[in-house]
Amino acid sequence: MHKEPLFHIVKRPAIEWYKSWAIRVLAVILALILAGIVTLALTGLNPLKVYATMVDGAVGTTRRCWALAQKTAMLLCIALALTPAFRMRFWNTGAEGQVLAGGMAAAAVMLKCGDLVPNWLLFILMFLSAIVAGAIWGVIPAFFKAKWGTNETLFTLMMNYIAIQIVGFFVLEWSVPKGSGQIGIINQNSQAGWIPPLFGQAYLINIILVALITVFVYVYIRYTKHGYEIDVVGESERTARYIGIDVKKVIIRTMILSGAICGITGFLLVAGSDHTITKDTAGGNGFTAIMVCWLAKFNPVWMILTSLLICFLQKGAGEIATMFQLNLSFADIITGIIIFFIVGSEFFINYRIIWRKKEKEDRK
Amino acid sequence: MKKFMSILLAAVMVLSFAACTAQAPAETAAPAAETEAAAYVRPELKSIDPICSAPLAESKTLANAKDITVGFIYLHDENSTYDRNFMDAAKAACEVMGVNYLEKVGIPETNECYEAAADLVDRGCDLVFADSFGHESFMVQAAKEFPDVEFCHATGTMAHTENLSNFHDAFADIYQGRYLAGIAAGLKLNEMIADGKITADQAKMGYVGAFTYAEVISGYTSFYLGAKSVCPSVTMDVQFTGSWYDEALEKEAAQTLLGRNCVLISQHADSMGAPTACETAGVPNVAYNGSTIAACPNTFLVSSRINWQPYFEYIISCVANKKPIVTDWCGTIQTGSVELSEINEKACAPETKKAIEEAAAKLKSGELQVFDASTFTVSNIDPATFTNANAVTDASNKLTSYGGDVDTDAAYTADTEVVKNGAFQESAYRSAPYFDLKIDGITLLNSAM
Repeated sequence: MHKEPLFHIVKRPAIEWYKSWAIRVLAVILALILAGIVTLALTGLNPLKVYATMVDGAVGTTRRCWALAQKTAMLLCIALALTPAFRMRFWNTGAEGQVLAGGMAAAAVMLKCGDLVPNWLLFILMFLSAIVAGAIWGVIPAFFKAKWGTNETLFTLMMNYIAIQIVGFFVLEWSVPKGSGQIGIINQNSQAGWIPPLFGQAYLINIILVALITVFVYVYIRYTKHGYEIDVVGESERTARYIGIDVKKVIIRTMILSGAICGITGFLLVAGSDHTITKDTAGGNGFTAIMVCWLAKFNPVWMILTSLLICFLQKGAGEIATMFQLNLSFADIITGIIIFFIVGSEFFINYRIIWRKKEKEDRK
Repeated sequence: MKKFMSILLAAVMVLSFAACTAQAPAETAAPAAETEAAAYVRPELKSIDPICSAPLAESKTLANAKDITVGFIYLHDENSTYDRNFMDAAKAACEVMGVNYLEKVGIPETNECYEAAADLVDRGCDLVFADSFGHESFMVQAAKEFPDVEFCHATGTMAHTENLSNFHDAFADIYQGRYLAGIAAGLKLNEMIADGKITADQAKMGYVGAFTYAEVISGYTSFYLGAKSVCPSVTMDVQFTGSWYDEALEKEAAQTLLGRNCVLISQHADSMGAPTACETAGVPNVAYNGSTIAACPNTFLVSSRINWQPYFEYIISCVANKKPIVTDWCGTIQTGSVELSEINEKACAPETKKAIEEAAAKLKSGELQVFDASTFTVSNIDPATFTNANAVTDASNKLTSYGGDVDTDAAYTADTEVVKNGAFQESAYRSAPYFDLKIDGITLLNSAM
């Protein structure tokens, strides 16, 4: 007799929006309960207090809200850069390097031309050099993929390390004092090449620019011929060729765009907040953005939410470490649990579990 | 669209070209350096009195202790020996003084340091301290924005030139600690020579350094001079890792040195990489930042470290009593800032403890100077490669004058005469080390600068 398994998994045809959101909310609640149990078991702290601290750390003061907005904007900007590539099924894992390439170019111009050209021209030079550097870093793997079908995941990943080492080289070369491995804040007194505050808020221009990029990417992938071509190449290269799309061109063009937006992020980080360049300038966001992008299913509008969520958790985690003097790793455990549940919930949105029925009816 | 793109691209290229030409004078200057270097003229040096001092807390009982909050910013967490050294001292100082303690761990050397400092101010901190070199410019930024809050920073170089009343640097005469630890190394080498394990010519030490940076150069040179004070034939190889903390690289560097027949190893890098490599190979090791005796019971000799507690107590008492904090505080053996761990009797040569105590007493009294110009020679002076370019020596290659880059600038201009009373006066004109001479007897296998 054939024994039916305990459960089997069935793909859901389509799910109403409220059901999918109910699953997501449920996942977050479950995650909070599990993280609470872990907190209690490992530290003996009241989990509710820990969560309250987390919220306080992320949005407790006006300054923290702005810092959160800035952090979110930077992460979002990288995720937006990845979007066209990912929709084309080009797995660009090289955002970290593309951001650093852009940041490095902007910082170099800021450092070397700071005293030579007027501030408006300095901005333009920094911006353009960042775009070009990011685009070059993005297009190299695309060219090899288009030409010889190399594996873009590995290629872009390796390009990260090259970019990190290039930054490391220049940071040592230009370090002040000699040999210290630190450039320090560039143009600290003249503030040449610093994005100025708007309405007294240092990060406002950054945030507005990223908002514009969000709109641009949304329109680009949804309503332009390029966006359509990207989707077709992503679905099936053969189909794309059949209907006369130049696949190589699309791959290269899309990665120029992807790299260029990463370059802009590098520019915003250097000119808009850090005012220096280090190997940490991208801070791992090039990798975190991959998760942001996937969680939002490559939809630029959802990415605002997913990047906010991740930054919220990161900021909150830091506060837990400060307030309870717990190791940062503990805070990472909590954020890890929450993100794991959120990622997992997508499974239950796409699939349904059917348990074995206890019915007597024999199927023969 | 296509047309627009090509116009944009053309514009980019033109502008980048413009940028390149704008930079051209600076670029061509670099290759020309070689010809110019022959005519290298040492800049005029100012001869000034030492500015560093190390006052202590007047009293450790404060009437208003509960109203004072101190915020600490750390680069990593307690897993790093470097940060752990600060954390333990900070917590101890806050406990002794009864003030409130706040910390931010894992703060990178980016804008996040400024954010962390500003957040600590929002939270009511009267004093904010950051522990890593790269935090400095962000602390300066915060100090400018919050003039009512005191900002202190370890290992930094900017305080004496920034002229901010609320920004201060601190360090300690750790080169003295290194020198004393070097004596333990030298005596161990003597023991090996006496036992016939090596000849006097084979007394070669190895040193794992982070960067070719003054703090590291000062550290290994003082260590070497300490060893040389008891074992005159000693030489040393230095291998740099290009990172302050990288366990794998440090281990690899230690193994490279062992492969070059170094019979004793020390390091200026924060992980356990080199000490564990030594324990495996059975080669004696002199540690930094803390004892490694637990992991290396057979090979650990002694360790030097900076004890930050006296400084923290001092700045807390200043803030509580509304007294100004000195711009550049440099702790000494007297203030308890420079410490040696217990020596490992099992691995050290006999009489090591006594020899170290005697030398420490002489350093305290000023009878002994670590960088006494009569104890080392500098023969490699080559302005073309900027090697020891700012050094002046006599006929026997003894240092008579040196221009230190004390007021840090991007061109590394020598600005201050730092040789006085027959010795290189380290950490006298600013707390962070500026000894960057390459002296005879030490071979650099690579460089990371």
